[in-house]
Amino acid sequence: MENKDTRAPKSQQPHVVPKPEHPEHIGGSISIEINEKKVVVPMGTTILEACRNEGIHVPTLCHHDDLCVAGVCRICVVEVEGMRTLQAACAFPITAPIKIKTSTTMVRKARRHVIDLMLSEHYGECYACVRNNNCELQSLANEYNVDHYNFGHVKESQHEVDDSSYSVVRDMDKCVLCKRCVRTCIDLQEVGVLEASNRGDETKIATFLDKDLADVICINCGQCINRCPTGALHEKAVSDPIWEAIEDPTKHVVMQTAPSPRAAIGEEFGLPAGHSMTQELNTAIRRIGFDAVFDTNFTADLTIIEEGTELIIRLFQALVEKKEDVALPQFTSCSPGWVKYLEHFYPEYIDNLSTAKSPQQMFGALLKTFYAEKIGVDPKDIVTVATMPCAAKKYECNRPEMNDSGFKDVDYGLTTRELAKMIKEAGINLPEMPKSHFDNPFGDASGAGLIFGATGGVMEAAIRSVVEFVTGVKAEDVFERANVMPVRGFDGIKIMEIPIGDQVGPVPELIKHLVPNWDWLKGATLKVAVAHGTANAKKVMEDIKAGGELSKCHFIEFMACPGGCLGGGGQPIPTSPEIRKKRAEAIYAEDESLELRKSHENPHVVQLYKEFLTEGPCGHKSHELLHTHYTKRGKYIA
Amino acid sequence: MLVAEKNALTEEIEQLVEKYGKDRSALLEILHEIQKKHRSIPDFAQQEVARLLEIHPVEVYSVISFYTFLNTEPKGRNLVRICQTISCDMKNKQAVVNAVERELGVKIGETTRDRKFTVEYTNCMGLCDQGPAMAVNERVYMKLTPEKAVEILNEVK
Amino acid sequence: MVENLRETRQGEVLFTDYTRGESVKKALSMERQDVLFEIKDSKLKGRGGAGFPTSTKWMLTAAAKSEEKYVVCNADEGEPGTFKDRVLLWEYPDLVFDGMIIAGYVIGAKEGILYLRGEYEYMLPSLEAYLEELRKDNLLGENICGKEGFNYDIRIHLGHGAYVCGEETALIESLEGHRGEARNRPPFPVTTGFNKKPTVVNNVETLAAVTRIVEKGGEWYKTHGTDKSTGSKLLSVSGDCEKPGVYELPWGTTISELLEKVGAKNTKAVQVGGASGVCLNKAQFDRTLGYEDVGTGGSVIIFDESRDMLKVLKNFMEFFVEESCGQCIPCRVGNTKLLEGVEMIEKGEFTFGYINKLKDLGKSMQVSSKCGLGQSSPNSFLTILENFKDEILNYANGGRNGK
Repeated sequence: MENKDTRAPKSQQPHVVPKPEHPEHIGGSISIEINEKKVVVPMGTTILEACRNEGIHVPTLCHHDDLCVAGVCRICVVEVEGMRTLQAACAFPITAPIKIKTSTTMVRKARRHVIDLMLSEHYGECYACVRNNNCELQSLANEYNVDHYNFGHVKESQHEVDDSSYSVVRDMDKCVLCKRCVRTCIDLQEVGVLEASNRGDETKIATFLDKDLADVICINCGQCINRCPTGALHEKAVSDPIWEAIEDPTKHVVMQTAPSPRAAIGEEFGLPAGHSMTQELNTAIRRIGFDAVFDTNFTADLTIIEEGTELIIRLFQALVEKKEDVALPQFTSCSPGWVKYLEHFYPEYIDNLSTAKSPQQMFGALLKTFYAEKIGVDPKDIVTVATMPCAAKKYECNRPEMNDSGFKDVDYGLTTRELAKMIKEAGINLPEMPKSHFDNPFGDASGAGLIFGATGGVMEAAIRSVVEFVTGVKAEDVFERANVMPVRGFDGIKIMEIPIGDQVGPVPELIKHLVPNWDWLKGATLKVAVAHGTANAKKVMEDIKAGGELSKCHFIEFMACPGGCLGGGGQPIPTSPEIRKKRAEAIYAEDESLELRKSHENPHVVQLYKEFLTEGPCGHKSHELLHTHYTKRGKYIA
Repeated sequence: MLVAEKNALTEEIEQLVEKYGKDRSALLEILHEIQKKHRSIPDFAQQEVARLLEIHPVEVYSVISFYTFLNTEPKGRNLVRICQTISCDMKNKQAVVNAVERELGVKIGETTRDRKFTVEYTNCMGLCDQGPAMAVNERVYMKLTPEKAVEILNEVK
Repeated sequence: MVENLRETRQGEVLFTDYTRGESVKKALSMERQDVLFEIKDSKLKGRGGAGFPTSTKWMLTAAAKSEEKYVVCNADEGEPGTFKDRVLLWEYPDLVFDGMIIAGYVIGAKEGILYLRGEYEYMLPSLEAYLEELRKDNLLGENICGKEGFNYDIRIHLGHGAYVCGEETALIESLEGHRGEARNRPPFPVTTGFNKKPTVVNNVETLAAVTRIVEKGGEWYKTHGTDKSTGSKLLSVSGDCEKPGVYELPWGTTISELLEKVGAKNTKAVQVGGASGVCLNKAQFDRTLGYEDVGTGGSVIIFDESRDMLKVLKNFMEFFVEESCGQCIPCRVGNTKLLEGVEMIEKGEFTFGYINKLKDLGKSMQVSSKCGLGQSSPNSFLTILENFKDEILNYANGGRNGK
């Protein structure tokens, strides 16, 4: 994921000089001057990188650490001695001993002009904008002391807002045409919904034939939102009806929070990336007025049991019963962006998707059945809200099939950003909140559920349980501190083999009715893979189609977003490889700090199967409430 | 679009891809041929081209919308382009435009009701020494007078 | 149809007799570096307008290590008032294509591509037929004219109506099937061009000149023109004059000499270099055409006393607003602002303060735009406002005719 050059399709690869791998071999370093200071840089370093290394600030806008070079906004222009025109620092690879000046009158004037021009066609006022106080255009205007509009300011809206999608709202009046969304959608995610259309003063970012976003093959991942410098792209807000429900005394309003928002929401309150706020958040959510707050990790644990059981059934059918049409490898299904990606781009593989719902949807279904009964409230009066790191979760809860409780299982999907706004609006400063636990009957969940937030997390959680299930050996005795390192980290595609060996354990009580023993797995090697970002998912799928190495896997974890959920489209802005790394560290640290780190050991899950899902995992009731089906959508746009 | 029409279009595009290759650099040539035959590049054709060249439909649309001579909406059977750039403008292109508009009963940018003509402005056609200039489809006409322009249109009629 | 005036054209370098293939055969009998030396000696500079030394371009491409290299002839002549390439391609395809073949030989290319603007589609059948003849004569194909290992062919790629594709990197993007959006440079096409391979992109006229230089030598070529601007220049003359058309004149010709030659009377202004060029007033008519004074890609538009210079400027700015590729902010929004400024002057609703702001903006556009289009589009705005100050000022007093 982190190699921008190899990731992009050929048509979109940046036209820059590739950095030599071993600059020292080709005379390597170059001595340059930045603002009359001598600096030595490796050949091919961009002027921007060279300046940043020296702590010299050069403003940027179209540049993004995750994306290939564009060089279109021209805000980063600098003077290079001997050149007639200014050069874009982000797009200029240093291959000669040049002299750079980053803040001459000509440079400052040109930058101010760029800002003036952007502002002249930027409709709307900062105080009435979702990105107020977190907008790169606003920051630039501030940095360059803009106190009036030099070239006027558009007074009427020029574009209709497209709010057709459940997840992403496009307000092109605020677009500065930096093309970060285009590069995100085409290069980073390889979904390919957005591109520039027309030319000259009519240029704009558009979908195919300028259709509504809901009518094209957008997967709702929201990665474009995370990289939009302004308010042109944002999630569809749902906080208003939630406030109303909270105010309504007849409604029982409950919240579930996913692990990733907890690891990132501190960023919205001025904390550096990498601070988990799980228990402070519980208190804040209650103070906002929610009647209860639950841990999505509970259903993540449940997902592991259901999805793991499903995998065992598939393997049993394929290996023992020798059925031919068993769809393997099994694909995870908890990332709704990934699910929609598969439905559009590889519909012939929907049978490989685990039928297990995502943790969010499992929770919704349980809240309006099991929980409703338990607390004696009519499910129609229960409002279920889910705080997710995700834009696609908004879409997922609106999928028509997601009403197995007899009601809409999850009423609202809220992003991390929206929850932060609600907390602020309630006058609460999150970091100052006292800590508190999640509510019963679901309580605090396991670390296995928690690490769902990072790429490889679902797989690690599954491995911790499956290894114990099958071999009877403690995960801690197989992996140091039960940390499954090979599936961690940000490599685009990770593959791991787990040899079962000759020693198998007894079949646990929970699934005894499904498999008689584990003898059929003796000597087998379980092969798993992990991919994050749909561009990597595409690579995996193409390999599977071609019958390559990955087609021999048994189980593959897919996450639509780079880095997994912690890099989700509903997470705090900005995002960068560095920020995602910090969030992952926070999640793994919290996991290590917990006593309970395996899904099957979660006592509340065990209790649920005893009390409610009495036919066990993948039983009738599970199927009714916790499993779903998918749609072959294809790519054709009507 | 009828299934039979779609199938015919698919076959046609497959042949073009056969001829020009699957590389992205074949895109404009393929689009040009479709445009020439159908006077526009229909939605379905755009998606088929995208499928066969393994790019996204929005990329095809993006390219079409960039170039003046490619379009997604069908135009009249005959495309009349009148040069609006300075040298032709100085040679009284406006009189020609007025005459053409009057004769066809449409304004610049419009298509006649019988879909026989679409009239457009175009930028410099490289006939600045021969202005005012006009093109009807691929054919160019120079040193126009209002009368001559009308005559040409009537010949096309 | 467009006439063919080859028989009646007069000139000292390009518009003279030439037999197809002669220069190609001569070049093939020479070492590649000797051909390069001849071109270097001629001091030929690119005729598209930028004036980059042709030999340097070729040398860099020839030196680039690659199995695959390309010669691209830029016939996307879209600059308002330019039509010399039309004349060359229509009347002198021998000069142009021979130049492309020589370029292919020198840099080691297997393929040449003529990027023909969509507006010239009517030439396509005759150009294709001409290429067929070249193939028959073994001036294209394998082991050309008996030169073992020199395999080279030329194909024609049609443009689709986008002025910006005349910019060489935008042209390459277009060849690759993309929007015609200029690339970041470096890297330059000489090392990373079409399909990321070393590519030399030359103007039609440059390649025609190469054919002559190879035929008659760099020394001979230098006897035409001036010290820094060697050879001749094709000028596309249009506007208010008796004899518009393409003229071949040596560099160093003054504007007045040119005006006289083309029968221009009561001339008020001359736009040199098209919409992206500069607009000269009477006091500047003694200036000379050449890289050292008024450089040009060849467009000369003449305006007599009856013309309204603000209307002229408006026409130019409307052109740029439409033809900007739209990717970079200075060009896309900047040109719109300049056009708005012209419209404000037209209505008499402006302040001098604001016009000065726009001039400042124009200067920023010249240095901060991503490609030549945005870097040169403010030229006419700045020169017309400067050189025709009085006329423009008149608008402050209630419009041109004091309405």
